[in-house]
Amino acid sequence: MESILTWITENQQMIYIVILMIFLGIEVIGRVPSLLHTPLMSGANAIHGVVIIGAIIVMGKAESDNYPALILGFLAVILGTLNVVGGFVVTDRMLDMFKKKK
Amino acid sequence: MEISILTVCYLIGSVTFILGLKMLSSSALAWKGNLIAAVGMGIAILGTIFLYEEDGVKLHNYGWIFGGIFIGTVAGYLAAKQVKMTAMPEMVSLFNGMGGACAMLISIIEFRHLVDVSGGEVHGGSLFIIILGMIIGSVSFAGSMIAWGKLSGNVKDFSFNGQHIVNLIFLGIIVVLTVMVLSGSPQEGAGYFYAILALSLFYGILFVFPIGGADMPVVISLLNSFTGVAAACGGLLYNNKVMLTGGILVGAAGTLLTILMCKAMNRSLTNVLIGSFGGASKVAAGGAAKEQGNYKEMSVSDAAMVMNYAQKVIIVPGYGLAVAQAQHTCHELENFLTAKGVDVKYAIHPVAGRMPGHMNVLLAEANISDEKMLEMELANEEFPTTDVVLILGANDVVNPAAKDDPSSPIYGMPILEVGLAKTVIMNKRSMRPGYAGIDNDLFFQPKTSMLFGDAKDVIQQILADIKSF
Repeated sequence: MESILTWITENQQMIYIVILMIFLGIEVIGRVPSLLHTPLMSGANAIHGVVIIGAIIVMGKAESDNYPALILGFLAVILGTLNVVGGFVVTDRMLDMFKKKK
Repeated sequence: MEISILTVCYLIGSVTFILGLKMLSSSALAWKGNLIAAVGMGIAILGTIFLYEEDGVKLHNYGWIFGGIFIGTVAGYLAAKQVKMTAMPEMVSLFNGMGGACAMLISIIEFRHLVDVSGGEVHGGSLFIIILGMIIGSVSFAGSMIAWGKLSGNVKDFSFNGQHIVNLIFLGIIVVLTVMVLSGSPQEGAGYFYAILALSLFYGILFVFPIGGADMPVVISLLNSFTGVAAACGGLLYNNKVMLTGGILVGAAGTLLTILMCKAMNRSLTNVLIGSFGGASKVAAGGAAKEQGNYKEMSVSDAAMVMNYAQKVIIVPGYGLAVAQAQHTCHELENFLTAKGVDVKYAIHPVAGRMPGHMNVLLAEANISDEKMLEMELANEEFPTTDVVLILGANDVVNPAAKDDPSSPIYGMPILEVGLAKTVIMNKRSMRPGYAGIDNDLFFQPKTSMLFGDAKDVIQQILADIKSF
């Protein structure tokens, strides 16, 4: 319990960010028309692909002979990239259709 | 110096994510927003690869990193380019699962790292974050895979009695095990840790399995926000602001979107998650089906005639339109009728299809203009002055049971009130009930005529007939 409290104190900056982001996320999304909900979901899907950065860090820190970590990390990088690239490309394809009519 | 540049990279990343999501609120600017967010993501990723350092040590294993990124990019690009617009919900669900799996793997590696570095002091906080990231990531991964299977038709609905209790027990065990890992050292807790992993994956499967197809949009949106939270856990773990902002932003956005959709169906989230849609009603519906009497069938040429001489036609698209890939033919019909002086519009229910806004995307693909797409409230105002309503593969969203049958599972859901129009033409492939498994009284009303067949074939025939007049 105490270690969790210390952790909160040490990471108060992060906790502030979390809380502000929650409100910002709700504000921003609340204004999106239902017409664009599918691209929105898909765009948000691409953005959480930011988890790839964690995969890169984990991969880059692994000792060169720690094969289990290397293999798991390698998989993580592939999956994370799939999420980012696939997500943005799919969203772009959808939004492209909304654009060209203008 | 390099570390400060990285900080700037992350700052740019965070700001572009917010901008990107913000620009999505306008259909003209949205594509730019997506591009901006993608560029920001690229900057953050490249910055991490080349500038990140921990205790003065840079990252290594570049071969592995670039190899992984290369494979992921090629596979992701090809998959995203080739997927048909109609298969979009599956694709989003699949990519979402990949993100969840990525978060899960990161947690596993970090935990193994903690076990290896024996004797070192472990922060209860970071261990908790690792476990939390793994639980959410694996639930999201397993759940998305099941949702993907369901949407592509490979996985059938499945539920058993007392499933909710089993799910709750699972959740309880996961919490207990987490506390046990947290109270000991990582070495002692390793067994429990992997048990949590297995249970979370299993929980993800059980959690999505019983949820019916009509509720899939809600589930995908919810799982989307789960993955966002899992990514944010990574951000807390590495003290990485861009992961944190991106993850939480998506988490909050996804949760709000989920709630908006539940509202559109007039049901609570718990009701969607626990409701096991259709399970109880199927028995009742089976018994009632016989008494419902007869339906009228209409020939293609009659349908063509009616529409040709109408003044105002409203088309109600549903999942059937997506399956038949009929959006382009539909646009052709619209153009032809418009040229003949018929006022043609589209009425779009917020949860038609398998994703929120699914129909808008499909119709936009066929170059149908935004102005022709009416949202539910507007459409309901226009139905009384409409001559012909053509329903293309929609079912539950026009089911009058939602208004007047309190025993129906969809009771209370706002619907498109097509019954107000003079004539209703219902195109379906067969008399089978819709995805939610509920019978539809609309078929048996005197105003309604059934027009059986694949949506695309039927529209093509109507078009041919109208042209011959």
